[in-house]
Amino acid sequence: MNPTTRTPGHPDYADTTRTPEQLGRDAVGRTEAQVIGTSPIERTAIEREEELFTINMGPHHPATHGVLRLLVELEGEVVRVLKPMVGYVHTGIEKSCETMSYWKVIPFVERMDYLSYFFNMEAFCGATEKLLELEIPRRAAWLRILHLELNRIHSHLVGLGTTALDLGAISMFWYCFRERDKILDLFEMSSGQRMHTRYFQVGGVVEDIPVGFAERVKAFCADMPERIDQYAALLDQNEIFLQRTKNIGVVSRERMLDLGVTGPLLRAAGEPWDLRKVDDYLPYSEFDFNIPIGTIGDNYDRYRVRLNEMRESVRIVEQAIDGLPEGPWIADDRKVVLPPRDELGTSMEALIHHFKLVTEGFRVPPGEVYFPIEGPRGEYGVFLVADGSSKPVRVHMRDPSFVNLQSLRDMCVGGYVADLIANLAMLDPILGGIDR
Amino acid sequence: MDVERTKLRGLSPLDQPRSPEELRVRQMKARDMLRGDLDGADLDEYVESRVLTTTLERAQNWARGNSLFPATFGLACCAIEMMSMVSARYDTARFGSEVFRASPRQADMLILSGRVSIKMVPVIRRIYDQMLEPKWVLSMGACSSSGGMFANYAVVQGADKFLPVDIHIPGCPPRPEALMYGILKLQRKIFGDPDLGWRERYQAYGTEEDARPWRPGALPVERVGETPAAGIVEGHGPPPTEAELNAPVSHPELTGHEAHDAYEEAADDERVTTSRPPAAWGRDA
Amino acid sequence: MPDAPGLELIAHEINERHEGAVVGTSYEHEQAALLADPDSIREVLAYLKDAPGHEYRFLASLHGADYLPAEPRFAVHYELLNMPRVERLRVKALLPDPGDGTLPELDSVTGLFATADFQEREVYDFFGIVFRGHPDPRRILMPEDYVGFPQRRDFPVGGDPVIFTNTEDSVPGWTK
Repeated sequence: MNPTTRTPGHPDYADTTRTPEQLGRDAVGRTEAQVIGTSPIERTAIEREEELFTINMGPHHPATHGVLRLLVELEGEVVRVLKPMVGYVHTGIEKSCETMSYWKVIPFVERMDYLSYFFNMEAFCGATEKLLELEIPRRAAWLRILHLELNRIHSHLVGLGTTALDLGAISMFWYCFRERDKILDLFEMSSGQRMHTRYFQVGGVVEDIPVGFAERVKAFCADMPERIDQYAALLDQNEIFLQRTKNIGVVSRERMLDLGVTGPLLRAAGEPWDLRKVDDYLPYSEFDFNIPIGTIGDNYDRYRVRLNEMRESVRIVEQAIDGLPEGPWIADDRKVVLPPRDELGTSMEALIHHFKLVTEGFRVPPGEVYFPIEGPRGEYGVFLVADGSSKPVRVHMRDPSFVNLQSLRDMCVGGYVADLIANLAMLDPILGGIDR
Repeated sequence: MDVERTKLRGLSPLDQPRSPEELRVRQMKARDMLRGDLDGADLDEYVESRVLTTTLERAQNWARGNSLFPATFGLACCAIEMMSMVSARYDTARFGSEVFRASPRQADMLILSGRVSIKMVPVIRRIYDQMLEPKWVLSMGACSSSGGMFANYAVVQGADKFLPVDIHIPGCPPRPEALMYGILKLQRKIFGDPDLGWRERYQAYGTEEDARPWRPGALPVERVGETPAAGIVEGHGPPPTEAELNAPVSHPELTGHEAHDAYEEAADDERVTTSRPPAAWGRDA
Repeated sequence: MPDAPGLELIAHEINERHEGAVVGTSYEHEQAALLADPDSIREVLAYLKDAPGHEYRFLASLHGADYLPAEPRFAVHYELLNMPRVERLRVKALLPDPGDGTLPELDSVTGLFATADFQEREVYDFFGIVFRGHPDPRRILMPEDYVGFPQRRDFPVGGDPVIFTNTEDSVPGWTK
């Protein structure tokens, strides 16, 4: 919470993307002025106002990362007007949540942003715990951090693989999905499901990790940094990739802040803002990790920031599994948490509590709370209103994809339509989160 | 699929020649064949050893089933699992359906991978209409099969309200293995007979659904009587008269799941039976 | 977060400049909220954004809520954030239902915070709160021709029974 921890010169915030000599130069060392307007055709396209040509991309378009629809007005190949249209997977989750008791809401919020289900769960469970004023045990907090960071790696892997696919590098897709499946194996081991695990429970986590899980996580952590180096080696020397990302889609830090953008996009533009460092929703202060930030906020910075975030997440996972505290993995509040299974056969009281919790759910005192956490795309914030009953009055997810999508216009207008695909991929939107 | 293949006596082109003399004999025979010198039993043997006989329809179904190109079309969570189905670990290329085509004109199979919202329905229907026959639809996951957990204003409760769905895959989301199993099921169906029953019921033969003459919103099929034998009446034309409805039907007309089950059982043990006991039909009574 | 006395000071400070702009404060679960008069929500947010000592320059979230049966019924929440001090402040505008079939109205803050564009459209889409001066006041998530505001509490959840092959003759409205 100390404001001094987030000044750019602080060692926590490693400026990892490029050296000052590389600033403002593309892959072959040309400056920005040399790149833009070098050929007469490009200058014409940028300067002259010609007749605009409207094309519609989506909602079924292979490169829109979901059912996003973009109305693009082109002048030659240059994007002049861009209108995103969303809502094609609007699911009414927020409305459905109002009809469910609190612990049944968790599977619903998971399916909002379907690549960061642990973050959705954490935002909702954290909000509910804040209303209940319930403390989670240390082991639960460590397990949550462990799974959140694994989920962050998973989300960035899918984002990186599909981004590279959109830029024409299909082998990155295979490699990223190979590692992703290893993470999903870990999720399956701890919770029984690959996706949408519902592993977090109000008050802690549902179940302790099984025997052998720690060894598998350690093996993964030992393996993963090398893999990330391989990805970097594949992409950082790929001339096509570099030319299509460097100095493309630049949006300034001030504009990003005005647009409400958070997450890797904002950090790539040079603003060191990460709720894990400044907020205390989980005990991240006991972990040693850096926040990678970029310099000018182009697509290359975004890619580097995500890559380095994966490295830092691996470090957090390692520390979490090494320093996992002993103890209970869920709080001991019988009005909220299901009693242990073995007590059901012996204790009448436990049976009654179990029955009440399963049939009716626990009651949450009236109040409203906004609970933000830092996810792989930015700030996930659950706004929760309770009225004292066992069902929430309003569950709203402030989804980073939804807010970040507004910056697409600033990234694309004035650039080529081919760069629109790269920008959109680097934006890494999840349409399930946008539409909810 | 069962293909008649006669084991080759003597010289099989599939076998490696065992000796230079054998190779020489083969070469001589081939030259005779080309010159037209081979006739009679020699010619028959030669043709048998080199030609596979089957019906054209079977060959066509076999080819169709083994080259199912899905459309690149992701809706929600299931799309991520659909993507991992083509990834290195699951590798659906083994079953001939790894080539995701971005254009519906080139795709054979539409995988509805996720929840279908009311805003998306016209789009999906248009994509389906743009696909060329023969085409199949897989509904992947609980949401597109039945609405799943989202019983609310925004989600269509089951994609077969606007599309003829061939295979439903349960799960939320289904594992990639489940999706592959669904595709294999679809392959079996295609190997058997692509037009089993329900295309007729939904009248979805071509690229446009026929007008539904009876009443808006109703399926163009009316099941009347106490047993399936009492008849399933197609929705064309005016409603059937009382006499028509009560007219005896000589044999059960199976559609949809029943027909498919019956087909599979017949294929399995050569006996044609319905998969359900007759008592299960007594709901109308 | 500003603590409870600090919140009162902020409310007092705004009320000195804009009479009656802040009608109340609330402080619960370590979260501070200002209750603003809907007619002067723009002034309150502009003051909080620019006045020295406050500088809540980041609008983290903007969302609506329906408190039926309470009165006034609707609310629009603005989650402000001061990044250098890591302080959050919620501003809440309570809006009554006009009751005569018209929609409640509120000033748009897209001029102050560019991020409010999509989020105000979402609030309009789901709660039917009209933002005066919004550059693109259309629905965003629901289809353009949709009737009703689905996340109001008196809007039915919806969802019709699921028809399977073996139940289609027992569900009304399909074959029978």
